[in-house]
Amino acid sequence: MPWTKLQADAIDHEDYLPRHDGDRRLTYREAIREAQYQALEIDPRVFILGEGVDDPGGVFGTTLDLHKKYGRERIIDLPLAENGFTGIAIGAAIAGMRPILVHMRMDFLLLSMDQIVNHASKWRYMFGGRQKVPVTIRAIIGRGWGSAAQHSQSLHGLFMHVPGLKLVMPSSAYDVKGLLLSSIADEDPVMFVEHRWLFDQGDHVPEEMYTIPMGKGRVVRKGTDVTVLAISHMVPEALKASKALEEKHRISCEIIDPRTLKPLDEKIIINSVRKTGRLVISDCGWNTGGVSGVLASLIAEKAFSHLKAPIRRVCLPDTPTPAAPALEDAFYPSARDIINAARLVMRS
Amino acid sequence: MRRDTITLTNVPKRTLIHLYKLMLRIRRFEEKIVNVYCDQDMKTPVHLYIGQEAVAAGVCANLCKEDYVFSTHRSHGHYLAKGGDMKRLMAELYGRKTGCSRGKGGSMHVVDPEAGVCGSTAIVGGNIPLSVGAALSSVMQKRKQVSISFFGDGAVDEGAFHESLNFAALKGLPVVFVCENNFYATHSHQSKRQPHDHIYKLAKHYVMPGFRVDGNDVLRVFGVARQAVSRARRGNGPTLMECRTYRWKGHVGPECDIKLGYRMQEELNSWMKRCPIKRFEKRLVNEGVMKKTTIDKITREIDLQIHDAYLFGKGSPHPDENELLEDVWNLN
Repeated sequence: MPWTKLQADAIDHEDYLPRHDGDRRLTYREAIREAQYQALEIDPRVFILGEGVDDPGGVFGTTLDLHKKYGRERIIDLPLAENGFTGIAIGAAIAGMRPILVHMRMDFLLLSMDQIVNHASKWRYMFGGRQKVPVTIRAIIGRGWGSAAQHSQSLHGLFMHVPGLKLVMPSSAYDVKGLLLSSIADEDPVMFVEHRWLFDQGDHVPEEMYTIPMGKGRVVRKGTDVTVLAISHMVPEALKASKALEEKHRISCEIIDPRTLKPLDEKIIINSVRKTGRLVISDCGWNTGGVSGVLASLIAEKAFSHLKAPIRRVCLPDTPTPAAPALEDAFYPSARDIINAARLVMRS
Repeated sequence: MRRDTITLTNVPKRTLIHLYKLMLRIRRFEEKIVNVYCDQDMKTPVHLYIGQEAVAAGVCANLCKEDYVFSTHRSHGHYLAKGGDMKRLMAELYGRKTGCSRGKGGSMHVVDPEAGVCGSTAIVGGNIPLSVGAALSSVMQKRKQVSISFFGDGAVDEGAFHESLNFAALKGLPVVFVCENNFYATHSHQSKRQPHDHIYKLAKHYVMPGFRVDGNDVLRVFGVARQAVSRARRGNGPTLMECRTYRWKGHVGPECDIKLGYRMQEELNSWMKRCPIKRFEKRLVNEGVMKKTTIDKITREIDLQIHDAYLFGKGSPHPDENELLEDVWNLN
């Protein structure tokens, strides 16, 4: 099994902080494609399925031309039957394959909730560990250009709620390759959530295959005054904010990217809050009933005595996504909102 | 696809006896549940298979150990017919740690990977795409395994059924879709839910063979399944079978539910007259395949196995509290 060795040799990613050094630059989208290309190469059980995975766009370039190398038997375009084909991917995984299922829009994935929540997440537990479902479900979040309410949603919070699923949200090209390979190698169903606005971001990405352990967060930037816990696309926003906070307001931010929300690296978050005593949580999902609330309660339960100020959250307001640019600007949080939140927690 | 005529004379005697034993094992197992359920130690909702035994037996008698079966909330018959371990099934019903799902599944979630019982789901129709996925895996791994999903007429209402047939036909996958039409989804008759009464004809729209079979005639089920399985194994694609049958007990629980009023006693009586086991037994005896004494002997053997399973299940330890958090996922 090629994955066992790969996981055992996992590179200590801490060496690459805060940005990954090296001169081999790939974008986030290229890193996704490379991870899949290499996984297909080393393991005949890996295959990709999804609507349009072999089309000229190649799912925003992430599966571009893979069918030319691996054939349409392994790069499978699908009928528009999300619940059915998710079940088919799960069935193949139960029978020993390692499918990568691609949802070009996370919104479409709602049609497959039964198979993800009732079947994939429970097939191991419900049978006392005698079955497993090694499926990777890629889901892409959109944003902007009037994508509106059904082509943009960040629904990862729904999946964080469900035991049995792993939830991965990489924010850099380096992480996306390593974590996608970890997800494919994983024995369990993994919700692999990618943000479109990260797709053009570049980073050093080693050519060789490497994995990043599940449940290991990353200190993206070291700081002393306030911890900014940022998810997915909010990581680059937090980096932008941290520069302005440093230069204009003399506030030193420590940015933590948990990278995998389930399992969650609680230690890296708690340690940072112990040091700074202040916490801003920024998620690309909604404010209510979501990931940011879970993270805030973690700190309230396990590090309350270290807090010098109330926790603040920078997430989406509780409305569906609007279409007009002026409303989008008001809807989406950005570096500016993180700056404001950080200044507020510094004042209290 | 042409229908072979299956008769008592062109099926080997050992196969006939095997079919009989498969059915009787299920029947006696389910009857044991009926007998012990009032003790209130078997704390799991049981959906009994009594009356429908010919379907599981007739289909599974055509399968190899490596073939895949995906089952439903009414799982015991499929599990036993595919060769699942009886003791571990009984232990599962008793919620014991020796259970086939280590006490995590109960009656609706049974598994025996070594016997090709891939699991059973309590979401109607949910197992159908899973069976298609296993068939896809079989093709991709260049194996000859055939995949079966058993489901009721209620599952035909579900999108998952149609999505699965569409994909299986599109890719020519080795699946046999076995619809056990017992006419009721819980208490709702098929006529209240579907604008037609010919489920098997839906196959035509998905460009695959579809057959209606007397689901209380084990030889007929066996014969049609034999062709469907062999078609799948040869790489010629899926088949839909509609086996018309009837459940004798309520949707759930060990009791008869006629008093609820959604079906009539006369309807139940007419199906009980066509009991799949009694009918087959009569033919076997009349045509000299088996003697009455052999049948008694087989019954005694089966009852002994069931008693052993009962003692094993009931006598097994309960799971430890710390097992609650085990098997959620693998964190290594």
